[in-house]
Amino acid sequence: MKLGWSDVTPEAVWLNRRAFMAGATALAATPAFALSGSPSAFSTDEEPNSFEEITNYNNFYEFGFGKEDPARNAGALTTDPWSVEIGGMVDRPGSYGVDDLAPEAALEERIYRLRCVEAWSMVIPWLGVPLAGVLNKVGVQPGAKFVAFETVLRPEEMVAQRGGGIDWPYREGLRLDEAMHPLTILATGLYDKPMPNQNGAPIRLVVPWKYGFKSIKSVVKITLTDKQPATSWQSLQPSEYGFYANVNPQVDHPRWSQATERRIGAGLLGGRQETLMFNGYADQVAGMYQGMDLAQNY
Amino acid sequence: MPLALLVYDTLYGRLGVDPVRDIEHRLGRTALYFLIVTLAVSPIRMAFRINATHLRRALGLLSFSYAFLHLLAWAFFDMGLLWAQMLSDIVKRPYLLFGMTAFILLIPLAMTSNRFSIRKLGRNWRQLHKLIYPAAILVSLHWLWALKLWSGWPLLCTGAIIALLLYRLRRSFAGLSNLFIKNN
Repeated sequence: MKLGWSDVTPEAVWLNRRAFMAGATALAATPAFALSGSPSAFSTDEEPNSFEEITNYNNFYEFGFGKEDPARNAGALTTDPWSVEIGGMVDRPGSYGVDDLAPEAALEERIYRLRCVEAWSMVIPWLGVPLAGVLNKVGVQPGAKFVAFETVLRPEEMVAQRGGGIDWPYREGLRLDEAMHPLTILATGLYDKPMPNQNGAPIRLVVPWKYGFKSIKSVVKITLTDKQPATSWQSLQPSEYGFYANVNPQVDHPRWSQATERRIGAGLLGGRQETLMFNGYADQVAGMYQGMDLAQNY
Repeated sequence: MPLALLVYDTLYGRLGVDPVRDIEHRLGRTALYFLIVTLAVSPIRMAFRINATHLRRALGLLSFSYAFLHLLAWAFFDMGLLWAQMLSDIVKRPYLLFGMTAFILLIPLAMTSNRFSIRKLGRNWRQLHKLIYPAAILVSLHWLWALKLWSGWPLLCTGAIIALLLYRLRRSFAGLSNLFIKNN
């Protein structure tokens, strides 16, 4: 049996807290309300990193290039109201609210491994919904082959967007089959909390078999297209960052090996662990890349 | 002193989420700062007539010691003593190659930083210790190459190193042209 995070608290207390929280939310729509998601068979049973680690060590270049910068600077981001513009080759284009896309009742808990291209890794208990469900709801037209994503552009709230480095807004993209894969989710929370700003509030993508930078944060635009979209890192440094960015221990980054990784929180003498093909999700995703040379399509 | 602070922060868990990276990077940066100060001793004397030459050897040795600890932190904490991967990484990754080469260049400098060697090597000692110039350039490249994007502080440090080297170059050119004029 797989333990969810709700199992940590005795059930009676847990139910009480839920009742209390429900009441509290009804009374005053406090932004700190708790979330929960139904457990998923896609979750790993590896020990997740602490909330503290996940929210204080990550990349979100809009808030600075250091790992602590997002936690320090993301407080300025307004995440409510928020809408996501879905357009391109879809039947029902339009502006969707976060609750339309990921209603609380539909949230699943997905405990996923995350592998950063910089060769560190974490395990994160996300709360979210499969992207496939969202795309089906808006109706993907037959000619569509790719999905393009964009992060919000708000230099007045995102300090690093005032400077150069990246051609803002940040852009990412997936092939349609990757986007429709059951592992791919739009996440709105982690642990039992709404998504912290520094981790991509209020709604972000999570694609666990690809390097972390593919999982675009604070999404405001989703566009279905028939052409492979340009992505930020690929445009910046095509020799180092490909469109696919699948975790692959056999294909090194030009400046470092991808064969091993350092698990954040493992301690000073934690050493390194071997990186798994497709970040350990090969059984589920390898089929999508059959016949492709992954050293070419990195 | 920077080492004491680092040890203190490590023992008291004040290094944040990834202590490995913090230890490694802080040691490396401290080594670089001492290297810059070491290089600055002569220009400061020439420009401002402040003589700190007697401190130069200590500064250089401090820089070397921090570089050594930085290397140890990388090998033990970061790479977990995976020798094969370390070796292949050094060969394949320009930034590791730059860093390693710089360190190797600094070894003979540290080893000959004693009175006996200075006396024994005579004029050659000065020549040998000019290795700090290529080492400094390699160290800057090592830092810049390790980053994903250009960022301000490492560029500023590189700028300082280049400025200090250019100052020397200008002085020695000035010296040469003086010589030239006199000979005419």
